[in-house]
Amino acid sequence: MNKLTSVNDFVVRFANINGSGSASANNLFAKAVFRLGVPVSPKNIFPSNIQGLPTWYEVRINEQGFLGRRGGYDFVVAVNGQTLKQDYDHLRPGGYFFYDDTRSLPEEFNRRDITVIPMPLTGLANREIENPKLRSLLKNIIYVGALAALFDMDFSVFTDSITKQFSKKPKLAAPNIKALELGYNYASTHFDGICGLCVARSDKLTDHILMDGNTATALGAVYGGATVAGWYPITPSTSVVESFDRLTRRMRLDEEGNRRAAVIQAEDELAALGIAVGAGWNGARAFTATSGPGVSLMNELLGLAYFTEIPVVLVDVQRTGPSTGMPTRTQQSDILSCAYASHGDTKHVLLFPQDPKECFEMGALSFDLAESLQTPVMLVSDLDLGMNDHVCEPFEWDDARSYQRGKVLDEAQLDALDRDWGRYLDSDGDGVCYRTYPGTHPEKGAYFTRGSSHDEYAAYTEDNAAYKRCMERLERKWETAKTMVPEPDISINDEGAGSGMIFYGTTAHAATEAVALLESRGTPLNTMRITSFPFADSVAEFIRCHDRVFVAEQNRDGQMRTLLINELGGRPGISPDKLISIAHMDGTPPDAVSICDAVTQKMKGGAA
Amino acid sequence: MSRRPVFRHPNLPKNDLGYTRRDYEGLDSTLCAGCGHDSISNAIIRACFELSLPPHRVAKLSGIGCSSKTPAYFLGKSHGFNSVHGRMPSIATGANMANRDLIYIGVSGDGDTASIGMGQFIHAARRNINMTYIVMNNGCYGLTKGQDSATADRGSASRKGLPNPFEAIDLCESAVQLGAGFVARGFSGDKAQLVPLIKAAIRHKGFSLVDVISPCVTFNNTPSSTKSYHWVRDHMEATATFDFIPMRPEITTEYEEGDDQSVAMHDGGLIHLHKSDNSFEVTSRRAAIDALEHYREKGQILTGILHVNEALKDTHEIMETTKVPLNSLTAKELCPGNDTLQGIMAGYR
Repeated sequence: MNKLTSVNDFVVRFANINGSGSASANNLFAKAVFRLGVPVSPKNIFPSNIQGLPTWYEVRINEQGFLGRRGGYDFVVAVNGQTLKQDYDHLRPGGYFFYDDTRSLPEEFNRRDITVIPMPLTGLANREIENPKLRSLLKNIIYVGALAALFDMDFSVFTDSITKQFSKKPKLAAPNIKALELGYNYASTHFDGICGLCVARSDKLTDHILMDGNTATALGAVYGGATVAGWYPITPSTSVVESFDRLTRRMRLDEEGNRRAAVIQAEDELAALGIAVGAGWNGARAFTATSGPGVSLMNELLGLAYFTEIPVVLVDVQRTGPSTGMPTRTQQSDILSCAYASHGDTKHVLLFPQDPKECFEMGALSFDLAESLQTPVMLVSDLDLGMNDHVCEPFEWDDARSYQRGKVLDEAQLDALDRDWGRYLDSDGDGVCYRTYPGTHPEKGAYFTRGSSHDEYAAYTEDNAAYKRCMERLERKWETAKTMVPEPDISINDEGAGSGMIFYGTTAHAATEAVALLESRGTPLNTMRITSFPFADSVAEFIRCHDRVFVAEQNRDGQMRTLLINELGGRPGISPDKLISIAHMDGTPPDAVSICDAVTQKMKGGAA
Repeated sequence: MSRRPVFRHPNLPKNDLGYTRRDYEGLDSTLCAGCGHDSISNAIIRACFELSLPPHRVAKLSGIGCSSKTPAYFLGKSHGFNSVHGRMPSIATGANMANRDLIYIGVSGDGDTASIGMGQFIHAARRNINMTYIVMNNGCYGLTKGQDSATADRGSASRKGLPNPFEAIDLCESAVQLGAGFVARGFSGDKAQLVPLIKAAIRHKGFSLVDVISPCVTFNNTPSSTKSYHWVRDHMEATATFDFIPMRPEITTEYEEGDDQSVAMHDGGLIHLHKSDNSFEVTSRRAAIDALEHYREKGQILTGILHVNEALKDTHEIMETTKVPLNSLTAKELCPGNDTLQGIMAGYR
């Protein structure tokens, strides 16, 4: 048997039971890899359940910095009896099966192409951990200690992490460190040299951070000056507003200790967005966070905000649909429902972050865009980005940066007006009009906001020409939006390449690696990561310049492809059959090999 | 839509701010002639004029329906927001969070509040949003031509003559149960009672409900409707006569003690109730519910001030938000700066 051997390039899968405290232990392991300077990508694959059902935690370690899923598992920590056989069967040949041998493996576990590593986790915990309440929790820490020995990792990184984690509760640090040592010592004694996988200190990560996207988005909202959040809990977006609430309680207090933020947990998603829209109308930077089912409910008010031209930010952390779908699995399947949310001719500005750094930057930018354009802006993230930790560069904030509050007339400006003011007069020809906040001026600037048809002076009208003028102006504003949203990230790997690949959001991680794999196989592809909607002209140009363009995304129907065709399909050189969908939709993040294989197959199949 | 003449008679009475009643008017109404809602709009105009509110410091919000059109017909110098059906409370909540210094008047109908907007209504009440919530309650859907609403009394006949088979929702009783600090019911045909009700509601700090029976002359003013003019006039029972006395020290010291009940408002104003045999302690939630149930069983409509509690905290106080309007905070006050950010970054290494 050829054992798998690798330094800093392998995948560990933890098979646990939901609610058993394994997540923090597994996270301790991932963080230790990160702190050794090695790029790491942990992904929590969990059920929509609090306790008892199977859960997995997958850690990809890759010194080259590819942080998407790779596909396949080299090492399995199997501590869930419900999935033991499945975890055993799915292990790659040459891999390692680490399990709790307090109960021995049944006879059918008879693979000869893997290495079995039995460790009496339960027995050790029962024997060595005095506090019975802590035994099941610390059993997880014991196996983390064992992994430190098996992968020959610097043990002090683990103990330092524990010390840091429990700095405010030092009494808890001691039993955790003891559990780590139990595992480490046992594995060192019994399994010396058994494992060919190793995590060695590296210099690949310097000042990088390891953070989840929802926390980063919340930080973006704090730094972007958001003051009002209306929200309704829904997985996987909940921690966006919870983090915003926590951060503002810490960092946004006035001299008397009162809060410079209002966070209201609403009665439903309709009210959540209503609160944000009301605050946006009244001059506050306001947002809500939700997921696909919430976006469905918010459609009505998104249409209102679009037509009444009220700035508001919506963070959509996508999960698997349709309907309730798989609430704790990831997907990119809200693209169309966000782009055209609500009835009538509506279009919304979308931003697609790929990592926490962009969650932060786009989170802050979204408020500038919303106010500059006086329209809803949606930050479209997903569960993988929102709830999993990601390695990324640290965030920076330019203290000289000021908020772009858009075209708002204050009292002095209203006084200085020498001509009639109309809320919906396109004075500058860019489709964006001047607004006023309620209460600004005793005589000037008051207007009526209404979702029914209105003229340039905000008066109700059913005049056909006035309605048409309004809708055409909103189209002009859409053109203005194209000049303000982030440009796509285009990478020309080969000037002569006839094929390109488009991706966005978290698909970027696996897609980038897939492109590298394809290049190594003699098939160079140019790439474009779409970062926003409306599409900049460079998006159309990229498609036009290639004979065929693969669109990799995480849904069944190729929603981004549909959006591209719908928005750009009529232009010269952009035909629908040029855009080839590479769709992944099983609720897990895509892996590089699958994308690579799909592209190869489509090419062999003669896809145009 | 026509606008009222710009001409103002030079001798029109002025309030403390120098505004005339005309300064509180809006566009001409497009509602049906005789609509109770127009009477309520006029009562709002008069209340705001008499309270000497700066018109531009009022934000008026509504949902969808005949009632929700009315903000166009009063306070023309104020910002208005005609939102979507039943969602006015959340829009008003957000607006209030953004700027706690404005005066918020929400106008809604019985369809807008008691059906599609029931969820938002009750949550605005339980959060104690500082706003005046006026329901123009005619027991039917006017804009869709007369269907029963959730406040139509069981057994009362709709335009088509069919008796309503379902129980009515009593918005006042619901609001009292939810802890609203000010609950009142009026009748659009009784301006003498309605104007002080609205004035007291506006001066109340926190959520104040004024549920106003407002007959629909086109679809629900039939003899068998319990929301018709003549039925309400024949079955109305008032809690007690009362005055609302705005904060003026020289006046508030003049009220008489005795059997009358007085409630001090947070701004120093005073509700002075002249008790009669049917009066009750307005500061008691239980008494309010008992009284509502008592008159309901008798087939009567109880009007007047039903409950007042000035001791409640409003949403801002509960949430301990800064006293400065959130929409006026500067980047310096909102953005923690790069040094802080780098400290946060260190925690994620």
